[in-house]
Formats: sequence, C-alpha cells, structure tokens
Amino acid sequence: MEVFLQTLVAGVLKGGLYALIGLGMTLIMGVMGIINLAHGQMMMVAMYVTYVCFNYLGLDPYLILFISVPALFLLGVLVQRYTLNPLLKVESLLPENQVLMTVGVGMVLTEVARFIFTSNYVSVKTTYSDATFFLGGVSFSVALTIAFCFACALTGGMFWFLLKTDLGRSIRAVAQDAEAASLMGVNAERIRTLTMGLGAGLVAAAGNLLLPIYYLFPDIGGPFTRKAFVITILGGLGSTVGAILGGVTLGLAEAFGATYIGMEFEDMVGLVIFIAVLLFLPGGFKRLTKI
Amino acid sequence: MPSAKGETMLRVEGIDVFYGDVQVLWEVSFEVREGEILVLVGANGAGKSTTIKTISSLLTPSRGRILFQGQPVHTRRPFEVIDLGIAQVPEGRRLFPEMTVEENLLMGSLSPAAKPRRAESLEWVYELFPRVLERRKQAAGTLSGGEQQMVAIGRGLMARPKLLMFDEPSLGLSPLLTEHIFELVRKVNAEGLTVLLVEQNVHHTLAMCDRAYVLENGRIALTGSGDELMSNDHVREAYLGL
Repeated sequence: MEVFLQTLVAGVLKGGLYALIGLGMTLIMGVMGIINLAHGQMMMVAMYVTYVCFNYLGLDPYLILFISVPALFLLGVLVQRYTLNPLLKVESLLPENQVLMTVGVGMVLTEVARFIFTSNYVSVKTTYSDATFFLGGVSFSVALTIAFCFACALTGGMFWFLLKTDLGRSIRAVAQDAEAASLMGVNAERIRTLTMGLGAGLVAAAGNLLLPIYYLFPDIGGPFTRKAFVITILGGLGSTVGAILGGVTLGLAEAFGATYIGMEFEDMVGLVIFIAVLLFLPGGFKRLTKI
Repeated sequence: MPSAKGETMLRVEGIDVFYGDVQVLWEVSFEVREGEILVLVGANGAGKSTTIKTISSLLTPSRGRILFQGQPVHTRRPFEVIDLGIAQVPEGRRLFPEMTVEENLLMGSLSPAAKPRRAESLEWVYELFPRVLERRKQAAGTLSGGEQQMVAIGRGLMARPKLLMFDEPSLGLSPLLTEHIFELVRKVNAEGLTVLLVEQNVHHTLAMCDRAYVLENGRIALTGSGDELMSNDHVREAYLGL
C-alpha cells in the first residue's frame, strides 16, 4: 500500500509538469492545426538557458523562470513569424509542410546546442535537488513538489487567460474558426504568433522546473517532443482540459510502470497507453470531457 | 433614430472578382444608402456571397473599388473592416461552436468603438432576443439553427455597426423560422442600422426591402425598388415562378 501511494504521488507530481508540456503543445495544435515537432527541443533550449543562468549568474532556478519563459516566448514568436507564417502565405502548401518545418527547427536547435555546449550531460544541483519531506509516511521530493505547485499556478493562470480575457477568447476563436474570427476584427496571424510564443513559454517553464531534478544534453528534446505528442493525443488534439488529463495520465503510467514493471519499461508503458487510446478511444479524453 | 434615407453609405464601383483563375463577378456596381434595407438577390452561384466576401476584404477585387462613407474598404485587411462600422452575419452563421453564447457575443465587440459600450450592447441584444439570454451559458454549437442565427445576429449587433450585412440568413431554416429571421432583420433596421441583405429567397426579401439589385451570373442584371422588381416580368418569371 505504501509503495502504491508513493508511486501515485510521484506520478501525479510528474504529471503536473507533463500537463504543462502538453498544454503548450495543444494550444499550438488548436490554433495552428499542426503538431509542433520542435516542442521538446524548445524545452531543451529553455533548460540550457536555465543551466547558463544558474552556473554563470548563480541565480536560483525558480527565479530563472522570469528569464527562461520570456526568452522562449521570444524564440517561439520568431520561429512562427520567420519560418511558419511565410509557409502559410503560399496556398498550395499543405499544413504538413509546417510540420516538416518544425522538424527542421528542432534539428537546428539541437545542433546549435551541441555546438555551444557539446554533447556532455550537465545538471543543475541545488540544495533541494535531492531533499525530501514526509507526509503520512509518503515521501515527497521537495523540488518536484515546488515544480508541481508552479505548474498548477501556471495552468490555472493560462485557463483564466483563455476563458476570461479578450485575447484568450480570441485565441480560442481562431482555433475554432479563423475566418469568422477575422470578421470579428481578430488579426489571426498575430494570434498564431502569440500562441506559438505562449506554447514555447509554457514548455520553457516545464523544462526550467524539471532541470533541478533531471539532467540535460542536446538530444533531450526528441524524447520530450514524443512525450508531448503522446500527451496531446491522450487528451484529444487541441483540448486544453485533455492536455492536463493526458499529462497526469502519462505521469502516472510512467510511475507505475517504473515501480511495478521495471525502471527500463518506464517509457514503454506510456507508449502502450498511447496505442491503447488510439485503438479504443480515438479522439482522446476530449471525447469524454467535450472541451 | 431613423436617419434620413438617401445618403450613400457603401459604394461598390465596378468590381471584378476572381476565385483563382475563375472570374465570379463582372463590373458589379451598387450602392447602399443610409438607413435602408438593400437586398441583393440572385440564384445559387450568381455571386452574392462573393460580393459580401469582397466587401469584408476576404477577397480582393482585381478591378474597381469599394468605398464606405468615402473611405476605401478593399485595401484593408479582413480584420480591419469591422473598425469602419461594417459588421456581418456570415453565411452558415459561423459561430464559435465550443464557446458559450455570451462569449460569442463578446467576440463581436472587439473593435475600439464597440468595446467601451460592451455591457450596454449585451443588454440591448438580450432585450432584442430574450431567447438568447436564456441560452447565454450554453455552448453555441449545441443550439438549434434558429437560435444560432439569433446569436449570429446578436454578435453582429455587438459591434455597434453602421452597416450590418446578412449573408443568406434563411439558409437551412424552416419557412416559419425564415419568416421570424426576416422579422428580426426588419427589427434591426428599425433600430437605426443600415442593412445589406443577400438572399436566395426572392419573394420574401423583395417584399420587405427598400431597394434591390438582381445579380445574374456575376453581373448586376436589374435594379429598382422592391415593388418595381416584384412587378417586373423577368423577375416574376425567373424568380417568383409567376
């Protein structure tokens, strides 16, 4: 029972971060209608920003959120404006071409990171990286718990923004009917650029929060792009509520897989669930939540 | 506030419009005068919706120009047209299906002129359409066709436009609902808005409009007051089946 609770806690905490990754991906999916295959690579860039700020400026990783998130927001905006928006202007190009472009962007980011930082593993070790506290016999990683709280706050803030502000509603409107939105006076191109920035900013926050308990090397982007993809499919493409459920599901699946099957099967369990959802619940949790 | 009818509000001057290589409109010219209900009738594929789309700048005329109160419309980008005071109730309603009715209405009032009057506009729309008020918390996609059309009209009104364009509002509605929607169009006009109505439903619209143009194969074929066109032999034969 204790092991079960322990695994549950670990899974939910990790799921919070995954939700953040998935939320960015699903926003981009909803508005642009494409899968951003540079999502994990953007997270990798954010992790290197965090690493540099921690190592050379000596800043606290959580303080660095105020640097890494805006930095990646800017990167997302630039990627959208200079690599994806030009593709949208050519009518004969299919949306698939934008997806290919994100693959290219991901490769460039990875290789630039390799060029600057080499392929060596690095990590950010803080005083609380390995610290834990106990609650009813279950141990909580301090870093992961803090990360989870940040993730909840950011997710809540994002929902408030999407539901209660004109800009947030405009993002949803463009996702649902871009032409009708433009008749309402919404500049859809600007909304797309903003959304890519927000998606990149969200995944930056996840990367930044993850770094104190993880490690970093240039190729870490690929696996996280895959995870983001799995989360988005689990949740239902373009569904924000679904992304959170998908994130937590993947976190739980990995945790239970690691505990009850074996560490090396962690990723496999996630992918098995992914395939099961595709087979038995195509459309993901969106089919159940309707949002 | 019934303004003096007669002053030209929107002037479409000899526009040619293409979809890719296919020409859809040939030298289409007409004008909408302040305070009136102007109807553009025509068969399926005559170019009615293309005309509306061109006024909304979703399509760009290759020749000719469109002026609204003296200001060029055709050089603007689609999202800038509403700022001039031109709003639209698009064909097929085009509501945001996963947003609530009220959110849809709020999306109508983004323009700088409409935003400060948002609360007041919302009240006005709910007063005009009590049915919409009942449904305000419901997702727009779950409404019936007639209710959706009311929300679409309400969303257009939220922009506080000078000109409201209706693109085939009766499409897909029962005869009874169609009657009701045209009643609403008249109501909107009585509130002081100028109306440009594009319709296939010739019989109804000619009876309710001030003036009308008949569009045939992308060209303006006839024009006149509603009554004049109703008694025109060609219109009677081709559109009214008399």
